[in-house]
Amino acid sequence: MSKKMSGASSLVKSLESAGVDVMFGIPGGAILPAYDPIFDSSIRHILVRHEQGAGHAATGYAQVTGRVGVCIATSGPGATNLVTPLADAAMDSVPMVAITGQVPSNAIGTDAFQEADIRGITMPFTKHNYLITDPDQIPRAIAEAFYIASSGRPGPVLVDIAKDALQKETDFVWPKELSLPGYRPQLEPVNQSILDAAALIAQSSKPVLYVGGGAIKANASKELLQLAELLGVPVVTTLMARGAFPDSHPLHYGMPGMHGTVGAVTALQKSDLLITLGARFDDRVTGKLSTFAVNAKVIHADIDPAEIGKNRFADVPVVGDLKRTIAALIPAVKAEFAKKAPDYSAWNASMNKLRATYPLGYDLPKDGSLSPQYVIERLSAITGPEAIYVAGVGQHQMWASQFVKYENPRTWLNSGGLGTMGYAVPAAMGAKVGAPDTPVWAIDGDGCFQMTNQELVTCALNNIPIKVAIINNESLGMVRQWQTLFYEGRYSNTSLESKRVPDFVKLADAMGCIGLTCDRPEDVDSIIKKANSINDQPVVVDFRVFKDAMVWPMVAAGTSNDDIMIAREMAPDWDSQEL
Amino acid sequence: MSKHTLAVLVENSPGVLARVAGLFSRRAYNIDSLAVGPTENPAISRMTIVINVESHSLEQVIRQLDKLVNVIHIAELKPSESVQAELILVKISATSKNRFDVDAVLETYDAVIVDESAETLTIEATGDAAKISDLLNALERFGIRELAQSGLVGIERGSRSLAERTLSVQSIPTAKSGQADYQN
Repeated sequence: MSKKMSGASSLVKSLESAGVDVMFGIPGGAILPAYDPIFDSSIRHILVRHEQGAGHAATGYAQVTGRVGVCIATSGPGATNLVTPLADAAMDSVPMVAITGQVPSNAIGTDAFQEADIRGITMPFTKHNYLITDPDQIPRAIAEAFYIASSGRPGPVLVDIAKDALQKETDFVWPKELSLPGYRPQLEPVNQSILDAAALIAQSSKPVLYVGGGAIKANASKELLQLAELLGVPVVTTLMARGAFPDSHPLHYGMPGMHGTVGAVTALQKSDLLITLGARFDDRVTGKLSTFAVNAKVIHADIDPAEIGKNRFADVPVVGDLKRTIAALIPAVKAEFAKKAPDYSAWNASMNKLRATYPLGYDLPKDGSLSPQYVIERLSAITGPEAIYVAGVGQHQMWASQFVKYENPRTWLNSGGLGTMGYAVPAAMGAKVGAPDTPVWAIDGDGCFQMTNQELVTCALNNIPIKVAIINNESLGMVRQWQTLFYEGRYSNTSLESKRVPDFVKLADAMGCIGLTCDRPEDVDSIIKKANSINDQPVVVDFRVFKDAMVWPMVAAGTSNDDIMIAREMAPDWDSQEL
Repeated sequence: MSKHTLAVLVENSPGVLARVAGLFSRRAYNIDSLAVGPTENPAISRMTIVINVESHSLEQVIRQLDKLVNVIHIAELKPSESVQAELILVKISATSKNRFDVDAVLETYDAVIVDESAETLTIEATGDAAKISDLLNALERFGIRELAQSGLVGIERGSRSLAERTLSVQSIPTAKSGQADYQN
């Protein structure tokens, strides 16, 4: 059964058929035909203030719900403003579909007004993309886009549609099946690889579960917990995996990497077997690759075969959906353990001791000013692990990954791979739309906040009451930290002076939000509680914190994880450790 | 560093060459030659890519290539198990004085004259990389005025075809809702 309608109506019907309930966007010339049927659609369209906000909001929505996030923009600048969120979504494997209008097909290639080759521009960081000039192709392109974005290793897909294709008459036919001969994600792991992995685990004496964001994407937390408890060995969760395994669990050693815990970093370094689950040996985790976990064999389980062996050789590769992989691994490991019970007690004892000796911590500022770590620690303690925390990029992001206590998957959102400053406010907006009954706190830096705060207007007008904690150290804090450590304290262009200008309270007020400020440690709890009590309006809290706080521990870029520092010029006392 | 020849079947769709070329460029893989053309199936094009693998493993290159949605099948063509050829058109200086010498060279390499003028001959030849290189060396002494060279193309020896192994692909049912996600 088909019905004559415009390409634009066909697009909207396709989006409805794909199950879209919300999209974030801004209209403009080339996409305008689509906005007419959007006016009547059941899909909620949230009018943002900048297309970048639409893109990150789609990501926030997707990260919280596991569904495909959708953003929509016009041609040219509208489309190029989506470039950063698309690249961000590609790096963090976020299922997203971006719809862009394109100039009419007869104008393509003429440098027409608001023309940009967005398909060409986004080829490197979309999982796939389309340029549609024939209205009959719209339903199939949309169906494929949603399938590709959400299956296998999730990622962003862009569908660029010429304006005349939106205007022409077409039949809407939602495809019953898709034919993608070049796209066949392997979900079921090969049994032999599971058996090999289990055998390697049984032979190892110092295994570590190295868990990445794939565990969250695959909804594998339950299986992960079972596997971890079966093995009874240290678990580390990367920046993208925070929340995949409860922080309160005694097997959890926290985050590895450049600003990871001494326990997590060292567990990987000293391990003889990395059981790698949906992680990709990112340089921020491995440090200098040639010195990373040199004595460890590697089991590498990932949905993306191209990750296997990309950075680190895998002794046992396991390609498949992580939930199925772990579920298959559990009985295989049990069978191995039935033959010979493992003894990881010496390994666990030494790692436990190390973890106890070097917990995460921070020094309070000597001048009595507000400690950024303290603010974040209190925010977590008061608000609790059921809330969603969204960070920008920089020091506040690292502190939020260290000092917020995560217990549940999909409660920690950040821009891990691309490191996009300005991610937090729009992503928090998308998260709140996806989880309207859950408190959503953006923990943002004063630098990040000034990149995308205009979406608070969107939040205020659309009843999206997010909360923003600005960790205001009046500087580009992480860059400043590097200048302190590696550029002799020459603070070239990192001072933002954001305790003088802007006035964040007035700015919040101007955008229809409640603005609060806090600069004394004794006020922190009451202000957080006050912010938590406001649920009908966005809240912005300007936490005016100590400028020179630094993120520790730290493995300097390009150096070995063995050279982790717990504070400036202070390495762990390895001699007192028996490893 | 070693050279490998890949036969890549791709969907005959706009932008696919840009996708492949872009992948090689952004991942810093070295392409020695790339040839694209139609196949027996109008929906499918075939690329023959010769790559120089240095710091990246061949396996990694193939897996990244395979991630492109428009790439249907990739096979490595081992020299011993395939026929490989490239084509050259070369314009050399030649007059009636040295024509006899030229003919002798052309005969050795199975090359033919496809155009001539008072001072030049245009020669067409096909063959594997070694033969073409030898021919060009032999023609050097006459003076090469212009050279046009195609990328390498190759095909497996024997009765099997790549397409047979590839195109028995089942279609994917679209769930009632595209949001019915794969994880659950």
